[in-house]
Amino acid sequence: MEMKILSCTVNGKPVQVGYDVRECLLDTLHDRLGLTSVKRGCEVGECGACTVLIDGVATDTCLYLTAWAEGKTIETVEGLQAPDGTLDPVQQAFVDEFAVQCGFCIPGIIMSAEELVRTGKTYTRDEIRKALSGHLCRCTGYQNIITAVERAVDLVNGFVGEDGDAA
Amino acid sequence: MYDITYFHEATSVQDAVKALTEHPEAKVIAGGTDVLVQIREGRFGPTELVSIHELRDELWGVVLDEDETICIGPITWFHAVNQDPICQERIPVLCEACDTPGGPQLRVSGTIGGNVANGITSADTASTLFAYGARLVLEGPHGRRTVPIEEWYAGPGKTVREHDEILVSIQIPRDHYEGFYGDYIKYGKRNALEIATMGCCCLVKLTDDHETIEDVRFAYGVAGPTPCRSHAAEEAARGKTVAEAAELVGDAALEDLHPRDSWRASKDFRMQLIKEMTKRALVNAANKGGSSASWK
Amino acid sequence: MAIGKSATRVDAVDKVTGRALFTADLVPHQHLVAKVVRSAIASGRVLSIDVSEAQKVEGVIAIFTCFDPDLPSYQIYTAGHPWVVDPAHRGDIEDRHILDARVRQYGDNIAVVVAEDTVAADRALRRIKVEYEEYPIIFDYEDAVQPPAGTPPIHEECPSNVQAEWDTQTSLEGTGYDSIEEIHGDPAYHHGSYTMRTPRQQQAHIETCLSYCYMEGDRLVCVTSTQIPHIIRQSIGLALEIPWGKVRVVKPCVGGGFGNKQDVLYEPLNAWVCKKLGGRCVLLELSREEVFAYTRSRQPKRFEAKATWDDDMNLVARSCEGYSNSGGYASHGQAIVANGQGSFRYMYSGQEKACYTKALTYYSNQSTAGAMRAYGVPESTWAAECMMSDIAYDMGWDGADFRLKNAIKLGYSDPFWPAPLVCVSNGLPECIQRGKELIGWEEKKKLYANETGPIRHGVGMALLCYKCSVAGLELETASARMLLAEDGSVMLELGATEIGQGCDTVMSQMCADAVGVPLEAVHILSTQDTDVSPYGAGAYASRQTYVTGIAIKKVAAELREKILAYAAELIPDGVNLDLRDGWIVGGPDRDNPQPLMELGELSCIAYYSRTNSQQISAEGTAQTDLNSFCLGASFVEVEVDIPLCKVQVKNVVQVHDSGQIINPATAAGQVHGGIAQSIGFGLYEELLEDPATGRTLNDNFLDYKIPTTLDIPDLTAEFVETWDPTGPFGNKSLGEPPAIPAAPAIRDAILDATGVKLYEAPMTPQRLYEGFQAAGLV
Repeated sequence: MEMKILSCTVNGKPVQVGYDVRECLLDTLHDRLGLTSVKRGCEVGECGACTVLIDGVATDTCLYLTAWAEGKTIETVEGLQAPDGTLDPVQQAFVDEFAVQCGFCIPGIIMSAEELVRTGKTYTRDEIRKALSGHLCRCTGYQNIITAVERAVDLVNGFVGEDGDAA
Repeated sequence: MYDITYFHEATSVQDAVKALTEHPEAKVIAGGTDVLVQIREGRFGPTELVSIHELRDELWGVVLDEDETICIGPITWFHAVNQDPICQERIPVLCEACDTPGGPQLRVSGTIGGNVANGITSADTASTLFAYGARLVLEGPHGRRTVPIEEWYAGPGKTVREHDEILVSIQIPRDHYEGFYGDYIKYGKRNALEIATMGCCCLVKLTDDHETIEDVRFAYGVAGPTPCRSHAAEEAARGKTVAEAAELVGDAALEDLHPRDSWRASKDFRMQLIKEMTKRALVNAANKGGSSASWK
Repeated sequence: MAIGKSATRVDAVDKVTGRALFTADLVPHQHLVAKVVRSAIASGRVLSIDVSEAQKVEGVIAIFTCFDPDLPSYQIYTAGHPWVVDPAHRGDIEDRHILDARVRQYGDNIAVVVAEDTVAADRALRRIKVEYEEYPIIFDYEDAVQPPAGTPPIHEECPSNVQAEWDTQTSLEGTGYDSIEEIHGDPAYHHGSYTMRTPRQQQAHIETCLSYCYMEGDRLVCVTSTQIPHIIRQSIGLALEIPWGKVRVVKPCVGGGFGNKQDVLYEPLNAWVCKKLGGRCVLLELSREEVFAYTRSRQPKRFEAKATWDDDMNLVARSCEGYSNSGGYASHGQAIVANGQGSFRYMYSGQEKACYTKALTYYSNQSTAGAMRAYGVPESTWAAECMMSDIAYDMGWDGADFRLKNAIKLGYSDPFWPAPLVCVSNGLPECIQRGKELIGWEEKKKLYANETGPIRHGVGMALLCYKCSVAGLELETASARMLLAEDGSVMLELGATEIGQGCDTVMSQMCADAVGVPLEAVHILSTQDTDVSPYGAGAYASRQTYVTGIAIKKVAAELREKILAYAAELIPDGVNLDLRDGWIVGGPDRDNPQPLMELGELSCIAYYSRTNSQQISAEGTAQTDLNSFCLGASFVEVEVDIPLCKVQVKNVVQVHDSGQIINPATAAGQVHGGIAQSIGFGLYEELLEDPATGRTLNDNFLDYKIPTTLDIPDLTAEFVETWDPTGPFGNKSLGEPPAIPAAPAIRDAILDATGVKLYEAPMTPQRLYEGFQAAGLV
């Protein structure tokens, strides 16, 4: 099958990469760009392990053809750490709250959490549960994951438990 | 990697139609959440694809026509329908239904057009669109035609769409939604990432007392091979109070609906669900219109 | 002290930044892909395989079938257990070829395609033509013991299709009865008989099963997502009939295992294909569907049980026969149901005069089952607790009081374990008390007592009892190596495998305290590489903290000894030298020692001394026959929607006695995850197979329903920290016990809410419907 060149922005940098037209974005990000955080769990949009942000929206990359990523802005957990090494608040909250066990589902969940955090709103635990309901985790019972996202949302927005815009 | 042998990213609806005409075996792909899964299963073998994914200018978004017909672009994501102000104001039940397929990520890939174009009875928005009496506009090599949703389904997973036609608009005329309150209940075995075991949408119009049913529609997914209405339940409810009707509609719906046994659920259990969900959907819908009835 | 602190996981930062590398992240760019050709029947024999059309597919490199003359003749066992030297004691059944013409389950491995990419491999798979001779399907126990006439046994070596049948009957001496049946018929008592069923649950780790193999010189390297790297090496050696030292197995980060990866899955086939292709790198990655249908699962079981009790809340006798379906191959076979029946006996041994259990495992043409978290005990606990629940309900007793009275007591000694198996620490009464407080047991029981209407609520509970390892029955051995670095930090190398449970973190904590250095000064090598890592059997049986901890303690003592000997040379006038928190300390006042030299200074001198150069290191092996009991209690609150036949779990509180807790935060995480899996077992999860074809019906995450974020409520995990004398640091075990009791507690809560007794897990809407209908509720 023919090869094409994809031009898009990945983790803040313009990228041009050759790809096989049969590929989905999961294949291209993981196998060609070495973004190993994008995990293959089910390939049919049921587990959420391959979630990245495409133009700011958390999307399953297993069901997203690479061709569609032309011109888009893509973010993965590899791009979250600050240049000085500081973890992003969501990453730090996952570390501090013991939200990580085997870690396979975690990069995808962090990207969904990033989308939430960037809305500038706060969320109840039930709202966080709903926002993360496209991710399966088998290790944690979700307890510490929900707590970590709650913490990150509150930290970033500077207040707890009320609705409103970012402080 | 998918077994794709031809891929065309359409630049316009007419370009897509042309590509389909030239490739009689090609499939239309929009969000990809059905078609890619089927390619991966090997259902089609090596597959040719015509993508309408990027036709945002022509096929995305919700607009209100001059006559207040709501026109929904078929490649609008479930989530975008759910968030759309026109839909939220005028057809909030469709917003509810659009909040139920899969999980959040699926709802920003999966499209409302794909949900009806796939012809599947369990499609979450299909029963609601059925209840609203949606009209589906197709564009082919010879122009456009409009199909009422009652005539859309040609069998399980089949529709009347011709190979070289593209679904270009989903329309709900004003008199189909005005004055109606509605409720959609999706029955899944867990609370997310579900395929409906049963889906039921009720639209109800109440008289000024907020308790008497002036008009009502019940539509279902998974109660038969294609989405369908229960006219018997509607007949039983019309003119009654919500409380009276609540006691009748469940059994009445069973006159029309004939679910089947499968490993996912027995026929008897599905009948129990139809009975209970019909009642609850009616009461919930009426509650939104001011009725004080309770299903408990 | 590092032990007892919620130290941050050593792998957390790597896992949130995407730097943690799993098997799929390490595959060399140039590799071939292998796909297994699977039988389209569940029982029979392959007569021929026509690969001619498949070979023509562009990109196909090779197709090897079950008729390949190079296939090893040797059958291997796949259960992840260490080698047993004495042939007479080998319990695991050697019943599997890597490819076989005899088909024993749907999707059995009959050939393998190797191609340049997955699309080419899939195209080839569709063009392979197979001719079969079909046999009738043996689906369940009745078929297995009485197959249709002319049906050959599933394995020639096992003509009865029954792998094993073991009976255990506690002594009746002094009971005044000649048989347990006599007790079950004594009119002085109450009696009940019960049939319970438990599902084929799947481990459903989010990383699939995959490996890749290549050759390095004449040695074979296998990188694989496994819980048992050293056992994989042994199995590849056995299966390919090559010396074990010619095999190197590497285990990177593992995305969950839960017992599925305590089995030798496709590594020997992968290795064989690689060898056939002259050592080219071959990736064998299963799809999610293949993981569901063609790896392992929890053995489905049926229990036939009886109970006898008196008017004073005392159990008098219990009997339980467990029938377990291992599918087409034995895998862990009889060990699982036998282990479960043990816990059935220990758990409520407090008052009863007699207990009888039977464990029976049979072959069928269903898919192969194996180990899953808590190894038979969630199933037997389901059986035990259904009975406890019914008895308390029918007698009007408080379920907590009734359970506590009959539960295992301090000093209990199991009569059947080959080595002493004694309850030497028991925090169960405190676990129950604390659980009642946290759930609001008394208040909720009252609050929900008189509910009517479609939506009802209930609270329920169940207990757990689980051994700390397999010590006393099977070999428990672990090795450790510690190398002192120039800066005084300790490089820790273990065979114990991190699979997500947090083992690397707690091993580091134990090492820090045992050596006498700060936790930051311990650097654990997370990847097991059998060329480098000391031997470890792997992650199973909740054994690593309990057993590997002993090795750490032993090797740390040796390292300290060497360090202090070197210190004595450097500090000739030092007295009472000791190593504490990274410092050599000493002085006349033992209670108030003075810092004398930083360990880093000592180590650097030792490395580069012109007269006495040493890399100070220690390594060693520890083994143990000691074992103990982990205990705990689960409390659950549910809301039941009767007309819609749906249960929502509103609250779960689980309190564990696992001895001293090494890391409270990671321990709580283990409990949360175990509860979620038990909620799945109780309400949602069941792999279904079509009896007509043997084919798995729900081999995907949409139809096989593991709980989502919206199905699990907030969870509370607490610990009652007893000191257990058998554990290296007063600890017991925690890996598996959390997955045991929530499901029967939910069952108890549904009974409390509705009065309906359910005996089959999972309690799906369909089964709730049937139960409610029988009770006239719908």
